[in-house]
Amino acid sequence: MTVSGDTAQRALATWPDRSGPGLAPGDAYTLEQTWSDPPGIIGWFAAINHKTIAKRFMVTTFIFFLLGGLLALAIRLQLALPNGKVLGPDKYSQVFTMHGSTMMFLFAVPVMQAVATYLVPLMIGARSVAFPRMNAFAYWIFTMGGIMLYVAFFLDIGPDAGWFAYVPLSGPQYSPGKRVDFWAQMITYTELSALMEAIVLITTILKMRAPGMTLNRMPLFVWTILVTNFMVLFAMPAVMLASTALITDRLVGTHFYNPAEGGDALLWQHLFWFFGHPEVYLIFIPPLGFMSSIIATFSRRPVVGYPAMVLSVIATAFLAFGLWVHHMFATNLPELGKTFFTAASLMIAIPTSVQIFCWIATLWTGRINFKTPLLFVLAFFVILLLGGLTGLMLASVSLDYQLHDSYFVVAHLHYVLLGGAVFPLFGAFYYWFPKFTGRMLSERLGRWNFWLFFIGFNVAFFPMHVLGLQGMPRRVYTYPSEMGWDKLNLVATIGALTIALSMLLFIVNVLHSRRRGEIASSDPWGAGTLEWGVSSPPPMANFHVVPVVHGRYPLWQEAGTPRYVTGLANEWREVLITSVADAKVDHRLWLPSSTIWAFLSAVATTILFVGSIFTPWAVVWGAVPVAIAATLWFWPKHDIIERRVESELRP
Amino acid sequence: MNIGMTSLARPLQDALRPAGIQAEHIGGLWNLTLGLCALVFLLIVAACVAALWIAPRADAGTAPNLDSLARPERRIWRVIGWSTGLATVGLLVLLAADVFTSRALARMPLQDAVNIELVGHMWWWEARYRDADPSREFTTANELHIPAGRPVVVTLRSNDVIHSLWIPNLHGKKDLIPGRTATLRLRADRPGTYRGQCAEFCGIEHAMMALLVEAEPAAAYEAWAARQRRPAAEPADALARRGREVFLSRSCVMCHTVSGTSANAKLGPDLTHLASRRTIASGMFPNNRGHLVGWIADPQSLKPGVNMPPNALPPDDLQALLAYLETLK
Amino acid sequence: MKARELMPALCLLVLLFLFGCEREQRPTRAPAAASAVADPSYAASGKTPVSNRYEENAYAVSQGKTWYRAYNCNGCHAQGGGDIGPPLMDAKWRYGSDPGAIYASIAHGRPNGMPAFGEHVPEDQIWQLVAYVRSMSGQLSGSVAPNRGDNLQAAPPENRRKKETPTHEATPAAEH
Repeated sequence: MTVSGDTAQRALATWPDRSGPGLAPGDAYTLEQTWSDPPGIIGWFAAINHKTIAKRFMVTTFIFFLLGGLLALAIRLQLALPNGKVLGPDKYSQVFTMHGSTMMFLFAVPVMQAVATYLVPLMIGARSVAFPRMNAFAYWIFTMGGIMLYVAFFLDIGPDAGWFAYVPLSGPQYSPGKRVDFWAQMITYTELSALMEAIVLITTILKMRAPGMTLNRMPLFVWTILVTNFMVLFAMPAVMLASTALITDRLVGTHFYNPAEGGDALLWQHLFWFFGHPEVYLIFIPPLGFMSSIIATFSRRPVVGYPAMVLSVIATAFLAFGLWVHHMFATNLPELGKTFFTAASLMIAIPTSVQIFCWIATLWTGRINFKTPLLFVLAFFVILLLGGLTGLMLASVSLDYQLHDSYFVVAHLHYVLLGGAVFPLFGAFYYWFPKFTGRMLSERLGRWNFWLFFIGFNVAFFPMHVLGLQGMPRRVYTYPSEMGWDKLNLVATIGALTIALSMLLFIVNVLHSRRRGEIASSDPWGAGTLEWGVSSPPPMANFHVVPVVHGRYPLWQEAGTPRYVTGLANEWREVLITSVADAKVDHRLWLPSSTIWAFLSAVATTILFVGSIFTPWAVVWGAVPVAIAATLWFWPKHDIIERRVESELRP
Repeated sequence: MNIGMTSLARPLQDALRPAGIQAEHIGGLWNLTLGLCALVFLLIVAACVAALWIAPRADAGTAPNLDSLARPERRIWRVIGWSTGLATVGLLVLLAADVFTSRALARMPLQDAVNIELVGHMWWWEARYRDADPSREFTTANELHIPAGRPVVVTLRSNDVIHSLWIPNLHGKKDLIPGRTATLRLRADRPGTYRGQCAEFCGIEHAMMALLVEAEPAAAYEAWAARQRRPAAEPADALARRGREVFLSRSCVMCHTVSGTSANAKLGPDLTHLASRRTIASGMFPNNRGHLVGWIADPQSLKPGVNMPPNALPPDDLQALLAYLETLK
Repeated sequence: MKARELMPALCLLVLLFLFGCEREQRPTRAPAAASAVADPSYAASGKTPVSNRYEENAYAVSQGKTWYRAYNCNGCHAQGGGDIGPPLMDAKWRYGSDPGAIYASIAHGRPNGMPAFGEHVPEDQIWQLVAYVRSMSGQLSGSVAPNRGDNLQAAPPENRRKKETPTHEATPAAEH
């Protein structure tokens, strides 16, 4: 493979050759053609290569991030001054609901799955994800759900009951019309997409690792993705159940949330938060993987305490399911029960603190390369730390009585979500951008981006702690001038504008660097994991020869024997399936090629979902196109069957 | 005629200035937690800074240090172990502090408590003062008077959606959930005016659902309660009597109660003693003639989305109505 | 995808934003609900039927349902099944099922016990009530008619009711 740049030269000089035997040019060409996306407009919709889908997924979630950010700016402009007139109360309710829903459902969880679907196969030495067509379907379903929500918002049918839509406010009596129905159906879309991605990623990680990559040698990022997606399987059904019950209450008159007929308003809260609390860990755990990857590379050493790191992530995932009532401390649930959830909410800090100590130890005993990805990761140690500590304050029932539903919570949630997820995510973008595009992002712009974001973030959100303590509740569209909240609100708005400026710099950086950035070698950062062993951007088939792994950091450690696997076909999409724990070679699998039916099935499903907002009969009639599309998705082709049978025969 | 809000000291709405025992308990817990968390924050940030200071610099070409893959790093693991143990101890301290505070909150003495039933509406507060003797019960709205130093048991119910009562100077918040009854026990230990606000998003005018709590010495409270129990006084002059006719013949009577008249509707706040309140529109505007005119003529311009409709009254009728309302002390 | 290719989508979005969806708007100010609203004599003059724009606004119909309970219409009409007053959810109408006739019933009253609410209930609230009353017999589309209320249910929610075909019922003789 071709390599260029100073770094690479030094790399070649000091490290053993990693490039392996490679393929003959004719074979390499055939292999690339096999794994490429079809051309043309139809081909654009039919593409299923995991990197293509993942890049689209990342761009789409980033667009939703920007839209959510614009909504946040609208909120801050309205609240900058007392008795603001920027947004009326009805529009404000829609704007803050859309902001929360966009960030939580359309950005934070999907972006992690998007990055994972790009990187996981590369990190584990696989040529693809398992179920590539379902991976594509999950992307299209997600995108159509997001578009549906925004079209509704632009038509003044945007949801206006908050991103967690408590009943009875979001119920049929107090939210007339279809606004909340669009929100509830958007949940159906995004949770379906997340569940499918979870199935794809878990299967990929457990069954498609390169030979020799035992679970004990898997990169920490891959562990976080595995754990996150198991959590998805258990958390998403709760919210789908809750939102479906809400839809039927609103559409056909069921009584799940009607106290007068035996339902319960708190049922919604329990179901929603049983999902909602693990959800924030779905957002938080993959960035823990980013942190480990980036800290290892930029400290020039493996992360301290691999088993402790893995067990911490698993413990966090289990504990995350036992915390949900801390969102309900202000209700009339029994006090003793609530205290149990205080204990659990405090205890979940233990595995996180183990991880923080391990990372600090890694930095302490390493040799630091101060580049932009590391800067974003270091922000975690200030911002997430502060957010986690305010979380301990909120975990206590008595203290939560004062802090709940005030601006203190707004400050806390932004500190943990941005500090724990968005800052590491930006670090990940700067770190893996060369791998995605073949070009480096500008270091100079990156530093400006980072410092504006860091300073702007703290200026925007720290004052909100004080505002909450001074009695400012959440979700107010304005406040009287005599409350004394005006100065801090103005400061917060200035911070928000600074964040917007930093985002602008990021976009400029990306657009500029895509065309004119420094060309990246396969391993510009000198990292140790498998994705840096292939060119930047990677070949369509990821690995022309599948490596055999002998350690946790294959590019840093001595290559063992055997070094690689030969014998996979170049003419069709063949992958190697290995065993779950020890990644012993098991069999070859023929993956399906590009198809338009993943996209068309998503269109058919959209018709079903949107129709069922208006009439329950849509579930019946809408199932017909879905069934047709799904059948054609799987329809076997005669010549492919013949070639598969032939390929199984001994030559 | 009551003085408008801005002429008096601004009512307090601040969790950091406790004026009652419950808020003080929580304030104590806050101080402990803040101290502990600030200490932990400084320690960890210092460790991070130290790590970055101590570690030598490198670049992408520096060979990685793989010693840890060959030999276990027991000293580091010991440090991490001890730090985690310390963190666990800190968390247990916080847990214990919370348990003790919860017990203290639950053990507030309740002898001779004032019982108030607060019903949340979109977007105002209905308050019914309960008494062992039913003839001493009365209803008011949006402004509570309580005796300083006596416990108050507030029973919380909701007429429509979930609201939340939060008077930060006196106590934390409790949700008003339809279909459920909650209780908040508080006590103001110092006379003063404390402002509370709804703290659970309840629709378009959630931001404008405040209430005032006036903590008074016992005698002043009893005098206030005695006035509240009386029905509306018979208006003294003809203008006020004409105002009463306007009240009863237009749309006011469809939604409001004035004891002593035939107006007995429960959709909007009880107006029997409107003139004794400092604010209108659920704690949002001073109760003076200017704001009252604006509120009656077009409430949508002050609080858009509220259930009260505009009332286009001829000027004479409006003046008469205002004169009548001012007699409702 | 180039910016040029995104232009049609952007234009569509801007158009959507500008026009919005009337059905879902939350008007806090009363628009002219119908033609000739301010003239109380229109019903007597037998002019062309009045159309009620609130029948296309889900929020307005829901407000109508709120006033129905708040002003105690169910004291005489129950939840639509009728008691002292005639049923409102069936196909029989004594004075006509068009919005103008219902407005006249509410605002000016009718013989045999229907009070005149015109002085007490503001005009646009009466139009909201008119829209709600028509939804009780299924005359409004399922997207506009109210869903179930958070109370004991006496009948299916209005948006699930079969649309009744209005027929004329003879007016009973006025009682003394």
